[in-house]
Amino acid sequence: MAEFEPKIIAFCCNWCTYAAADIAGTSRIHYPANVRIVRVMCSGMVDPIYILKAFEMGADGVLIAGCHEVDCHYLNGPLKCDAMFEKIKSVVNTLGLESERLRREMIAAAEAPIFAELIEEMVKQLKKLGPSPLREGVKV
Amino acid sequence: MNLEDIIKETKTYYCLECGKCTAVCPVSRHNSNFSPRFMLERALMGFGDELIHDRELFSCLTCYACSHLCPSDVDYPVFTQKVRNLASSQGEHGDCTHSGILFSLMKLISRSDIKQKRLDWLDGCRTSQRSEVLYFVGCAPYFEPVFQDIEVSPVNIARNSIKILNALGIEPMVLPNERCCGHDLLWTGDIETFKKLAQLNAQMIKESGAKKIVFSCPEGYRTFKLDYPQYVELDCEPVHITELLAQNLSTLSLRAKRSNPEVKRVTYQDPCRLGRHLGIYEPPREIIRAIPGIKLVEMEHSGDESICCGTSVWTNCSSYSKQIREERLLEARATGAEMLITACPKCQIHFKCAMVDKGAEKGPDIKMEVMDLVNLVANAMET
Repeated sequence: MAEFEPKIIAFCCNWCTYAAADIAGTSRIHYPANVRIVRVMCSGMVDPIYILKAFEMGADGVLIAGCHEVDCHYLNGPLKCDAMFEKIKSVVNTLGLESERLRREMIAAAEAPIFAELIEEMVKQLKKLGPSPLREGVKV
Repeated sequence: MNLEDIIKETKTYYCLECGKCTAVCPVSRHNSNFSPRFMLERALMGFGDELIHDRELFSCLTCYACSHLCPSDVDYPVFTQKVRNLASSQGEHGDCTHSGILFSLMKLISRSDIKQKRLDWLDGCRTSQRSEVLYFVGCAPYFEPVFQDIEVSPVNIARNSIKILNALGIEPMVLPNERCCGHDLLWTGDIETFKKLAQLNAQMIKESGAKKIVFSCPEGYRTFKLDYPQYVELDCEPVHITELLAQNLSTLSLRAKRSNPEVKRVTYQDPCRLGRHLGIYEPPREIIRAIPGIKLVEMEHSGDESICCGTSVWTNCSSYSKQIREERLLEARATGAEMLITACPKCQIHFKCAMVDKGAEKGPDIKMEVMDLVNLVANAMET
């Protein structure tokens, strides 16, 4: 049987992490192809339903990544994201998912290598954990 | 089930077109686009398609105010439930509140492989591995983080319920991987997921060997008592904690707060699931009356005339819902009560939500303390 390849849905902020992922690409930094990036205008716009929907549709891990607090294009997006994340983390934890499956990171536009490292680390952890228990009945 | 079967099952043919349903409907009072009579008439006159695609189909609170008055005994809420099922099979759905996370959660909880971690709040409660009595926690562990902003703590209600059971000499079981009861899915038409949840719950309860299930949530209670028997085999008796308490009031020592000797006036909101759905009006009132230092005063509409808290099954919460809530809170304030007691966590969530709404016209006029009956009893036990 082929090795389990986890699927990660990453919500990346347009101004920082999405740019970082872009630079990682143009600089030809290698990282696993397990991540599907969804560009959002700000990490502060990520709604809890995006995260639950991703798990509902078979994601093994979800990443929300955006600017550092001082860099936000919209002043306080990361703070909004943090507040939302605290709530949804607790909900996802109650559902019985491991904390490694849902991550919140801050990656600036210039930090392309950090983005690549993060994805590599997440994929490694998720491979160890195996498929999400919420995946049942979903074709991925 | 097609529309014709639904009409037969809910006795819609007997409709006299008297309009009592629409006259008493709390939604129709504010939202002129919604009328139970009009809905039924369209089904009878052969405009079923129009009915199924009407977005107001999901505005009904299923509070039973209409059927309670209906001279022909038409079961309008069940009619709504079944028509919603038809509508959802054609891709129609209501507007989910909280961007739909609660429905997403219900679907996730129905996946059989999950191992929930839902019992980390049990400190101070005595539970046992094997007992005749099972306490059904319900959605509390999920509601807790979602509604912390409006200062509602459903987990606290669950904790106090177990403490009260302990005081009655019962050490209940709690299921570590208990599923959602599926109430909201059933009433929004998603019967498939509802059945799955019901089967999972019935299986776990059978394995646990429980003979009695205690609920602190009226929706779970209704679902187990009236809806589960239609879909799964359940070999135990569901009971609401207010019924259990009312039977055993003498065993509890309830005291008034020593710090505040003045008599506190409170009023009671009948949750529709507990009141009109199941006819439990007196037990909660007996309990409130038994607590020293508290005087129960009734609102203008109480008991079987009680008005719903404005939204049900996390669907179609609109400005009309807010108006219903404001009106109900004004009614509660008019009694001179300092506190509104309810027996349903969702009533509490909805009233608190109306109070924190900065856009509310009535603003300070509707502010008052809202408390669950279970917490009121637990407070009276402690002091």
